[in-house]
Amino acid sequence: MQLSRDEMLGAYRRMKTIRAFEERLHDEIMTGEIAGFTHLYAGQEAAAVGVCDHLTNEDFIVSTHRGHGHCIAKGCDVEAMMLEIYGRRDGLCKGRGGSMHIADLSVGMLGANGIVGAGAPQAVGAAISAKLDGKGRVAIAFSGDGACNQGTTFEAMNMAVVLKVPAIFVFENNHYSEHTGFDYAVGTSKDIASRAEAFGMKAWRANGSDFFDTHDTMRELLDYVRAGNGPAAIELDTERFYGHFEGDPQRYRGEGELDRIRETRDCLKAFRARVSEAGLLDPADLDAIDAEVLALIDKAVANARVAAPPDPASVADDVYASY
Amino acid sequence: MSHTNMTIREAIASTIDAEMARDDSIIILGEDIVGGAGTAGGPEAIGGIWGTTGGLYGKYGAGRVLDTPISESAIVGAAAGAALAGKRPIAELMFADFIGVSLDQLWNQMAKFRYMFGGKTRCPAVVRMIYGAGMNAAAQHSQSAYAILTSMPGLKVVLPATPADAKGLLTEALRGDDPVMFFEHKALYGVKGDVPDGEYRLPFGQARQVRSGGDITIVTCGGMVRFCEKAADALAKDGIGVDLLDLRTTSPMDEEAILDSVESTGRLVVVDESPPRCSLAADISAIVAQKAFSSLKAPPLMVTPPHTPVPFARELERAWLPSHKDVEAAVRKTLAYNGSR
Ligand SMILES: Cc1ncc(C[n+]2csc(CCOP(=O)(O)OP(=O)(O)O)c2C)c(N)n1
Ligand SMILES: [Mg+2]
Repeated sequence: MQLSRDEMLGAYRRMKTIRAFEERLHDEIMTGEIAGFTHLYAGQEAAAVGVCDHLTNEDFIVSTHRGHGHCIAKGCDVEAMMLEIYGRRDGLCKGRGGSMHIADLSVGMLGANGIVGAGAPQAVGAAISAKLDGKGRVAIAFSGDGACNQGTTFEAMNMAVVLKVPAIFVFENNHYSEHTGFDYAVGTSKDIASRAEAFGMKAWRANGSDFFDTHDTMRELLDYVRAGNGPAAIELDTERFYGHFEGDPQRYRGEGELDRIRETRDCLKAFRARVSEAGLLDPADLDAIDAEVLALIDKAVANARVAAPPDPASVADDVYASY
Repeated sequence: MSHTNMTIREAIASTIDAEMARDDSIIILGEDIVGGAGTAGGPEAIGGIWGTTGGLYGKYGAGRVLDTPISESAIVGAAAGAALAGKRPIAELMFADFIGVSLDQLWNQMAKFRYMFGGKTRCPAVVRMIYGAGMNAAAQHSQSAYAILTSMPGLKVVLPATPADAKGLLTEALRGDDPVMFFEHKALYGVKGDVPDGEYRLPFGQARQVRSGGDITIVTCGGMVRFCEKAADALAKDGIGVDLLDLRTTSPMDEEAILDSVESTGRLVVVDESPPRCSLAADISAIVAQKAFSSLKAPPLMVTPPHTPVPFARELERAWLPSHKDVEAAVRKTLAYNGSR
């Protein structure tokens, strides 16, 4: 199905925002100003945006430790995210959570997560809630290829099938869990999608470095799930452009691997090539978006640098709703 | 005895290596402990994210050095089963917070085998886990889970604060026949000290006297020891003598050392990195209140983080984590109680 010009420009803007956000963080982390563990999403933008562009604020997603891309794709405020990652008072989570724990329920983003595999069961719960409400909403669990080895992920898939709820398991296979290769850690000659199939749900496969392929495949998947057929899964083949965390020496990569994936599997380059060759969009419009996005990130960083820290006296706030 | 100066990280790595060389039944398993499996870089491309397991794979091979998928339940459960089946497994949890994922295998399985099976089995599994706050790792990567595990009968709980203790306690753990929860503080890995060469074992349940003094007892362990030392040294300048005890193991715990000290000082401050409710600090305060009541000149005070998860932002984590200043203040408050000194 042909996307409208606005839809394509919007998708590009969101992917570019994620890329620029992460590239900038990569530089800013070097300065030592940002504390804690940060896992960058650059390289996987087509996955987050290809999935989330089908969703509204009423649909749910649960994310992972590598969550910035999911947050931006789902509509979290970029400046508030930057403030959070800098640990500022006005951050999206008041500086309490940081990079690994960004959440914004107002846009259906139920939270990034520091515990690998913790998200999938929560998506099942959100799907139970969505099914009860009967408004056709869905709940999506983003998981990595490493998370697909957690018992929690297996249990969640089975339970979603048993309960026939609108849960969608999106597996972003970037071929690594930390420093370990997919071929080693996932002990099957097949893939992750076949695991989902073994639990009795329909599964799709798509090129997660290609926005159009991901987006088209997700449309088909969502039509199926929103029609009340129960859960579904999709495996997206993708790449991460940086280390597992910032500071990772990446000695597990092959010779020239990073250059190669940046050359051949860059979703932004692929998007540009596709829309210009087909005459769908004017490259000048994309250039204009690039400039706007970079200005937004500049502003977010400049603002975050000087923003007020949380008041230490507030440390015990927000533990309970009432106590 | 000859010594070698090294970090806690090096003491742990060299002890694992020495014990594996000595005892073929020791196996080690965990996520990325080899690092690089199934990649172009190949096994050992990274060698463990904490730098405590590098080189083991090359020396002892894939049969004994097992790089696992992300599956903490299966890692700890496999350690439990291997221990029942005659091996001495060392399981690594990359962060102690991940006991949440594997808790059944620790709590209902490992901890209880021997008792449930009428004393007929042994479960010599060592679960190493990296814990502690101070690095802005936020709520799910900073916790001091030792209080929870200390509350479980059947588990031994060990928290070295020096390189020598790391060697002595880890060796003891690997020679014993019970499940041992071995806590390594992420902020202490670089701490240096002299470590005895050759065989060195430290029996569990013996506190280390870090400072001697007659005015007040401070009991602590693990990551808090360094802050208490700093506080004790500052207090000494004001003529306040601190008897500082590092518990080393919280199960078994050296009650005798605590009570002896409190009987001579009459005052107690307990410093604990886990939140206050049902904590080690609460436990020790209760023991002292029950068993050394007549020696006390002031109520025991606890220095702990607040009853909250660990926050991310620097300013918040600093406020959350007990500091040497908090320890000093608690000591002064105890000494000022009722004009007791
Ligand atoms: C329960 C748990 N185990 C281990 C970790 C440490 N850890 C964080 S990310 C990660 C790898 C995750 O790999 P994958 O699911 O493929 O996601 P990716 O990092 O590739 O996005 C590991 C082992 C964790 N955070 N939680
Ligand atoms: Mg991965």
